[in-house]
Amino acid sequence: MDPAQDVDFVGDVLVHEDRIEHIASEIDVPPSTKIVELSGKWIVPGLVDMHVHLREPGEEYKETIETGTRAAAAGGFTSVACMPNTCPSNDNSGITRFIIDRAKDSGRCRVFPVAAITVGQDGKGLTEFGDLLSAGAVAFSDDGLPVQNPAVMRLALEYSLNFNALIISHSEELELSKEGCMNEGKMSTRLGLKGIPVAAEEIAIFRDICLAKLTGARLHIAHVSTAGSVEIIRNAKAQGVRVTAETAPHYFSLTEEAVAGYNTFAKMNPPLRTERDRRAIIEGLRDGTIDAIATDHAPHNSLEKECEFQLAANGIIGLETALPLALKVLVNEEGFAPVQVMRLMSSNPASILDIPGGGLRPSGIADITIIDPEEEFTFTRDTIHSKSYNSPFLGLVFRGRAISTLLGGMPVFDANGLFDIGY
Amino acid sequence: MGMGKLKARHILGIAHLGMEEISFILDTAVSMKEIMERPIKKVPPLRGKTIVNLFFEPSTRTKLSFELAAKRLSADTVSIAASTSSVVKGETLIDTARNIEAMRPDIIVIRHSMSGAPYMLSRHVGSAIINAGDGTNEHPSQALLDLMTVREHFGRIDGLKVTIIGDIAHSRVAHSDILAFTRMGASVTVCGPATMMPPEPGELGAKVCLDLKDAIRDADVVMALRIQKERLGRLSPFPSEREYADRFGISTAIEPYLKKDVIIMHPGPINRGVELSPEIADGINSVILKQVTNGVAVRMALYTLLLADLQEHG
Repeated sequence: MDPAQDVDFVGDVLVHEDRIEHIASEIDVPPSTKIVELSGKWIVPGLVDMHVHLREPGEEYKETIETGTRAAAAGGFTSVACMPNTCPSNDNSGITRFIIDRAKDSGRCRVFPVAAITVGQDGKGLTEFGDLLSAGAVAFSDDGLPVQNPAVMRLALEYSLNFNALIISHSEELELSKEGCMNEGKMSTRLGLKGIPVAAEEIAIFRDICLAKLTGARLHIAHVSTAGSVEIIRNAKAQGVRVTAETAPHYFSLTEEAVAGYNTFAKMNPPLRTERDRRAIIEGLRDGTIDAIATDHAPHNSLEKECEFQLAANGIIGLETALPLALKVLVNEEGFAPVQVMRLMSSNPASILDIPGGGLRPSGIADITIIDPEEEFTFTRDTIHSKSYNSPFLGLVFRGRAISTLLGGMPVFDANGLFDIGY
Repeated sequence: MGMGKLKARHILGIAHLGMEEISFILDTAVSMKEIMERPIKKVPPLRGKTIVNLFFEPSTRTKLSFELAAKRLSADTVSIAASTSSVVKGETLIDTARNIEAMRPDIIVIRHSMSGAPYMLSRHVGSAIINAGDGTNEHPSQALLDLMTVREHFGRIDGLKVTIIGDIAHSRVAHSDILAFTRMGASVTVCGPATMMPPEPGELGAKVCLDLKDAIRDADVVMALRIQKERLGRLSPFPSEREYADRFGISTAIEPYLKKDVIIMHPGPINRGVELSPEIADGINSVILKQVTNGVAVRMALYTLLLADLQEHG
């Protein structure tokens, strides 16, 4: 399947060293060629996750670049873009270079750093966009936080024009979400918890889109979670605003009901919403309003999750459940064409970030993921490659997953030993 | 005393108690109350049992009520106020509770500022837990004593109309009371500034009425909640005490709209002149002091029933 060319057929792929050499329905090869029999499986471009938190530098007890990329490879990802809210923040080229070097040394997949929009993510002063891009940053975001001051956000969008750089917005009106720890609605009333109304996200997304319109800059909206947000983005696209959007698998799989029993493993920001919102997210993915699926992989330790609900940190891991959830909900339940899901998880995020990947073509890099749509696996703590296990999907049995991941032709994940490496 | 046992291992909230369990607790509380009327207000059933009161929020009346209830049953009771404890040194809630549990109390009574804290504790600690108020979630023993007081007065709860006035959205008392009264067959109306109404009152079972006169017109029970003056100032949900008292306070001015045989309740402490005028608070319809007496009886009942359960199961 190649979503970049919108093709889906039964065929062979010939890989030579780190490149794809040939793709056809049948390829004749010399006898010395190693053949991996993959009938019934899907050969897709290596998946691209444009929103992960790798926690290094500074919070290595939760995840490192090594363990995070290992989890990515196990989830079928060959490229990830990591957010800058590390300790210290990736707001200067030194940290950007550090991340890139660590990834070269110990990473199991390609790592593209997203740098901060403001210094220390304090929302006041812009970072050195030019310097950061030269060091290898691929986009800018203060993720974890919005840029609260609209004048600063305007400056950021305008400044990005000099570089044709991408601003990724965590859109949240903090004054409305203050002290809230889950969606405001039936569940929060039942549990006696302060909620975050959908308006907190929708107001901020509308604001950021207005600023994108004003400046003519590119804007990407992170982790869309509400029906109202999808509608706002749909309208903006219809007007020609240069906006793209992503959502995470949990927003199309779960609702606020998952928080029952004060389950901190279902606590994240933005929070899980209602069934109506979930359905709107799915329709947004279906009609292209939402361009990409990104996990917002957010590892947290038991220190941050085994405590009072209000005090628990926001976020869940997601690299290893993203594809299984997309197959379960989008393909099997909602009838999405598999190649469309691959587009949402590889070619679209790659083109939004303007990074290589997301396609299968001769002379392209052999970043390839092999999917077995029928293989069952139970997601348990023992199977997790990430250093943390904060997931509401623990214990679930999935049907369909990545069984092998090739990075530049080399297997970095190979569940069934198909490529003889034995991970 | 010939008591049976509760299904529940803990008293975390009214949400977890069925109608039969609630009736059972109320019946037990009635016999406990009889003990309190005796000259020697002490009986031995819980002799040798240990009850720890772990209060992370300041409290006089609730803590006193829980302590007295324990002493009346001859249990040993210790109270810990969080500000004087290791919590100040940064100890987590789970660690504090586990350390206390290691000293083998039979029951831990916990009041905490965060909703869900007692629930979380019950998953990490083996002692029986009684929720004495968690954040804006529940205050089950308060709701039970309110039920007892109403039942005492009217002989029933079923079919009565209850109106609760105040900061419903942030009141764990209101939350527990709405659940408790509707579960026992009463209908509940809530009233107050719209800024203080919960996002989905139907989820709990209450109707919202924003006009005080309409809200109290047919009410058999009118319960006023304490207005938290400390919330005045930044982002206050109401402009002033004066306006609150004028629009939502129960005073002689509003008396003509009350049923003649209505009872006036309040969980305490009262802001005299705000939610209740002094005349109403001290008037013949007020059962506020009866609530306090019943509070001790209900807590005695909870201890007895929880420990009877533990005795049976070892």
